[in-house]
Amino acid sequence: MNPRSTPPHPSKARLKAIEDAARNRRELIAAQLSRREMMKMGLLTAGGMLVAKAGLSARAASADPGSSNLVSPPTTPFKVPLPVSTPIDLRTGSSHTVSLLSPAPTVAPNVAAGEGRQIPQQALLAYPPEYAYEVHEREAQHSFHPELPVQTIWGFDGQCPGPTYLASYGSPVLMRMHNDLPPLDQRPIGGFGRSETSTHLHNGHTPSESDGNPMDFFGPGKFYDQHYPNIAAGGDRRERMSTLWYHDHRVGFTSQNVYKGLTGFYLLFDEDDCGDETRGFRLPSGAFDVPLTLADKVFDSDGNIYFDLFNLDGILGDKFTVNGAIQPFFEVHPRKYRFRLLNTGPSRFDELYLTDLDQPGTSIPLHQISADGNLLPTPLAGDHVRISVAERCDVLVDFSQFKPGARIYLENRLEQKNGRGPTGKILPAGEGDLVMRFDVTLPRVEDASLIPAKLRDFPDVNLAQVVNTRTWRFERRNGAWTINGKSFDPDEVRASVKQGTAEIWIFQNNSGGWQHPVLVHFEEFLILSRNGQPAALNDHRKDMARLEFNEEVKMFMRFRNFHGKYPMHCHNVVHEDHDMMLRWDIVA
Amino acid sequence: MNRRNFLTGLGAATVAGAWATSRATEPRRSAPSPTVPSRFPNIVLRTQDDKAVRFYDDLIRDRIVVINMIYTRCQGLCPAMTSNLLRVQHLLGDRVGRDVFFYSVSLKPEQDTPQALKEFATAHHVGPGWLFLTGKPEDIELLRKKLGFTYDDPVEDADKSNHVGMVRMGNEPYMRWAACPGLSAPTWLAKDILLELDGPTRSAVKTS
Repeated sequence: MNPRSTPPHPSKARLKAIEDAARNRRELIAAQLSRREMMKMGLLTAGGMLVAKAGLSARAASADPGSSNLVSPPTTPFKVPLPVSTPIDLRTGSSHTVSLLSPAPTVAPNVAAGEGRQIPQQALLAYPPEYAYEVHEREAQHSFHPELPVQTIWGFDGQCPGPTYLASYGSPVLMRMHNDLPPLDQRPIGGFGRSETSTHLHNGHTPSESDGNPMDFFGPGKFYDQHYPNIAAGGDRRERMSTLWYHDHRVGFTSQNVYKGLTGFYLLFDEDDCGDETRGFRLPSGAFDVPLTLADKVFDSDGNIYFDLFNLDGILGDKFTVNGAIQPFFEVHPRKYRFRLLNTGPSRFDELYLTDLDQPGTSIPLHQISADGNLLPTPLAGDHVRISVAERCDVLVDFSQFKPGARIYLENRLEQKNGRGPTGKILPAGEGDLVMRFDVTLPRVEDASLIPAKLRDFPDVNLAQVVNTRTWRFERRNGAWTINGKSFDPDEVRASVKQGTAEIWIFQNNSGGWQHPVLVHFEEFLILSRNGQPAALNDHRKDMARLEFNEEVKMFMRFRNFHGKYPMHCHNVVHEDHDMMLRWDIVA
Repeated sequence: MNRRNFLTGLGAATVAGAWATSRATEPRRSAPSPTVPSRFPNIVLRTQDDKAVRFYDDLIRDRIVVINMIYTRCQGLCPAMTSNLLRVQHLLGDRVGRDVFFYSVSLKPEQDTPQALKEFATAHHVGPGWLFLTGKPEDIELLRKKLGFTYDDPVEDADKSNHVGMVRMGNEPYMRWAACPGLSAPTWLAKDILLELDGPTRSAVKTS
């Protein structure tokens, strides 16, 4: 049944789900699985109920019968190897130098050559780019899983996710974005997406016109030069960042375009976090430094990615993709790895654990070394990390602790039933969503990396610099998301801050039963307190402030080096697209 | 399927991913571009001039539209939203009714007769190109759900005095749908609609 071509019938999808459930039970019985085996595999709850994992949109059962409870077709888990693309190195070598770019980048928009930019570059001459890359956003064919059809996605260079860039402090980059997506007067294959784009480098310390502002989108057939100076805010080495990502940010259509594939990683290195495990912080590097893009999706009964255009609250997928593959496996050597975890949503909050299904009760250690874009002062030993949409987190995992042949799962154990946010309940090990599997099957190899005792200090909080305090209330009224009672208006500057000053911003979640991962573009902030309590080590220097139910977060903000318009918005991209966003400006 | 195959195929699976590996081996059609009329039930509605129209055939198909839901006896949001959209209509001038069509669908069709809608529209000085629509309650309810003017919480969803105040903007031929709060700045709503009206021509012109 294709939910998009079936005449309306209120119970058809439910009937299908019931049929599926009945068939599932018959198959379970036929397979003669024991209750213990089923529990171990996360198929059965302790209460004996089959675990329901329908593809959910937050519009739940009362809403459109054709899509809200859409259940993706079956796919065999852990059948596909984890895709890891060869990164684009913008740190060394001669293949990506800026001199190869034709036409050369210009301060004024190069309209004659077809540039869609409308604002002059403010820092191109101060930080002349050394490296450049021309990336092409285009329609491409992609396989999420061999049991689903090869299908149309939109990707940077046609990849889903797009290329991983390696850049370094002190080497500015010019990124030439070509929009080669289908024209606007074509119905997009798959029935969603808008082929105007504005690529946001999240959360680069980037001049406004290169930030990928939601309003700075440009259409097919044009290009746009973005200039990434790769400097630390205020010249403070402690402000350096490591794991950044980029994604489309077209106003009103971000969720659709991101869901369609327009995301990728941008990794920043310096002499400490240097990509060489024999030097600096000696973090696992090269093939042992692996970006993991998590995205949950729903597929229709034809096996094509489905996006509910009429959802207001948030979309949850029932298929868990990592680097564009559904539930992949990854063969590892018994040594340390650095995994850069990114949750691209659209609306799900993850709390990720490592699970050994043979010993689900055993906690498996990992070390969190970063929060969002920045390294922590010291690694944080634990057994889980929580990342909402757009948050990043780097973890070190030592696979030498496992016996050869071990199979270790990356499992999201945070229960979430709708777009409101997670319930907060942590599911028992083995009963959450198994996102991917690590197979400890490769031979022992040298491991020069360390879990360093010390990483990067936090910048100082200097309250003497504070010139203003602003309070932002995140609310909901008549199904509309607001900040201080107003929804987005790109022409209204809700806060005008003076470049070089500092402010205290206070976020309050007054939306009653909803959670919002809030992003402020431009500079990482320092969270001073959460609900009146001092911020935890991994909740201090951030670019995302996760607002759980009724929370209040107070942060120290600085605005250095550049000026122009920037947004602040909820990064549940469905909320964002329904205008839970505001514009604020830095004035020189 | 025997136990061994099941376990082999399954690994340690999520439920939705686990079922019927046999089904998965069936050949699948590769991605057709689906049409989406099921999204827009072709129900019969009545306008404020008591004219019968079909929702999909007459109102949505091949059009750029702006849709919200209101009821005439509403004391709060609906008059405010209607006034706001009226300002948008003024900003768009005679393009409303030619390039873009406004529809306000009654949330309380049992009260909102065509005549009541006519009085409401007249009181707001609504111009041409903007229809106020009522119909059979069960049809309207289907439409409300299809278009996502709903809350996931059934208690909240049943409270009409606290209904969804979003405005949907859609381009049916190109399947582009977005939504803004109905009380958004009218200048932004108008700009957003113009981006849709003029977007294709704007971008098709490649600067050489």
